[in-house]
Amino acid sequence: MTATAAETYNDRVVRQFAVMTIVWAIVGMAVGVLIAAQLVWPALNFDIPWLTYSRLRPLHTNAVIFAFGGSALFATSYYVVQRTSHVRLFSDGLAAFTFWGWQLVIVLAAITLPLGITSSKEYAELEWPIDILITIVWVAYAIVFFGTLARRRVRHIYVANWFYASYILTIAILHVVNNIEIPVSLWKSYSVYAGVQDAMVQWWYGHNAVGFFLTAGFLGMMYYFIPKQAQRPVYSYRLSIVHFWSLIFTYIWAGPHHLHYTALPEWTQSLGMVMSLILLAPSWGGMINGIMTLSGAWHKLRTDPVLRFLIVAVSFYGMSTFEGPMMSIKTVNALSHYTDWTIGHVHSGALGWVAMISLGAMYYLIPRLFGRAIYSVHLIEIHFWTSTIGIVLYIASMWAAGVMEGLMWRAVNDDGTLSYSFIEVVEATHPFYLVRLLGGLLFLGGTLIMAWNLWRTVAGAKPAEAAVVPLPALAH
Amino acid sequence: MDIALFHSLWTVLVLILFVGIVVWAYGGSRREDFEEAARIPLADDEAGIAAETDRRPDAENAHG
Repeated sequence: MTATAAETYNDRVVRQFAVMTIVWAIVGMAVGVLIAAQLVWPALNFDIPWLTYSRLRPLHTNAVIFAFGGSALFATSYYVVQRTSHVRLFSDGLAAFTFWGWQLVIVLAAITLPLGITSSKEYAELEWPIDILITIVWVAYAIVFFGTLARRRVRHIYVANWFYASYILTIAILHVVNNIEIPVSLWKSYSVYAGVQDAMVQWWYGHNAVGFFLTAGFLGMMYYFIPKQAQRPVYSYRLSIVHFWSLIFTYIWAGPHHLHYTALPEWTQSLGMVMSLILLAPSWGGMINGIMTLSGAWHKLRTDPVLRFLIVAVSFYGMSTFEGPMMSIKTVNALSHYTDWTIGHVHSGALGWVAMISLGAMYYLIPRLFGRAIYSVHLIEIHFWTSTIGIVLYIASMWAAGVMEGLMWRAVNDDGTLSYSFIEVVEATHPFYLVRLLGGLLFLGGTLIMAWNLWRTVAGAKPAEAAVVPLPALAH
Repeated sequence: MDIALFHSLWTVLVLILFVGIVVWAYGGSRREDFEEAARIPLADDEAGIAAETDRRPDAENAHG
């Protein structure tokens, strides 16, 4: 591949995805706050069908995972693969197609889900025409990403790209297999799977969406943005290799822990539990690698709030990947399953890990992409503390509510009857739901502060001049 | 081959693979390659705008 001296990086598509990351963060979190409020005051659905909890909950999960998280992954993967390969993206046209295609998917989700159009598979609710669109966009994404890697001018494929590559490849497989369905009309289809096989395929998909979309992709961010922001190479590159292979080998088996004490065969449940416990090792190996990158430079945490976002994110990653294996133990799961403990666990990962590292990466990226220094570091500090307190309120209230629910549901009188009716347990959770709403409001508030800070940063700015690819670099 | 034997062989195979990856990653001859690889993100420093720089009018380092 001959290169002209004027080759530049394609930062246009990165900029587009970065801006939409912030937009969809606000939308997705706002819907989350609304449904949290509905759980406190059910009348907030105003008896309007498309404002009911049942329809807005999948809108919230799709918006935060695929719109906010997805846009952050697109933006950072396109940025990182170019910067660590010293080459422009494989195809500008296809890259632009992934941006507009992905935004169309999100808009279609935002229309169909409130209308009640759903395949009813958790985190895969979108109906078959949208599933096909997702597949096409994802194939284009894979072509752009792997095409860029194929043209790289740096001999070694940097570890962040390995994580991004595994996430792109695995999500393609998961999405296609879980969404094999038979359409009966334009907006209705039925899964080809039935009964317990359907449940197992669904949670093979569901848990690996956590493992590859919400973990591997964001570990790619960790391995690029923490070394960049700290200006130090990663703690141990060798550990990162063992981290990568052991994580992707183990995650794929953990899905059955979502189906403890169901019709799923006993041995499959036990296998899922054991593999989930083993998963602690690669998860913590990765966490240690991320945090220890600061070894010898801990003082930077005092002065650099962006680095603090990234490091606290990895700390929450360590916390929730300890909690997850513990909850997959069948006896613990007997208490925790179906309670709000699960919701607390998910949000310690989603807010603490995924959102914090994405927002940290956006604080790194957006000023650079527009060639302007951040408007206010002080506001980043305020954002950091607002969001961190919000997460703590959220997860602490859900732990307490979850353990209480589990204990009340299993309490029996001397004659074997249940001590509490279901509605008594619901009533008892009311104050915890209020605290959770407050936590969610704080996190959303922090994101709004960020949006304003970034707006003041880029307002009136023209996009930064296209950055030139360094040549010759660590050449062949 | 019955399923139990298949599972046993698979377990052994995956264990050997894992040990192989660890030995490969920590093998002495690749130390320098990996140290170079670890510096890849830092080798590409654009004349960047440091996110730490505060440009509010009332900040000490104000310039706009």
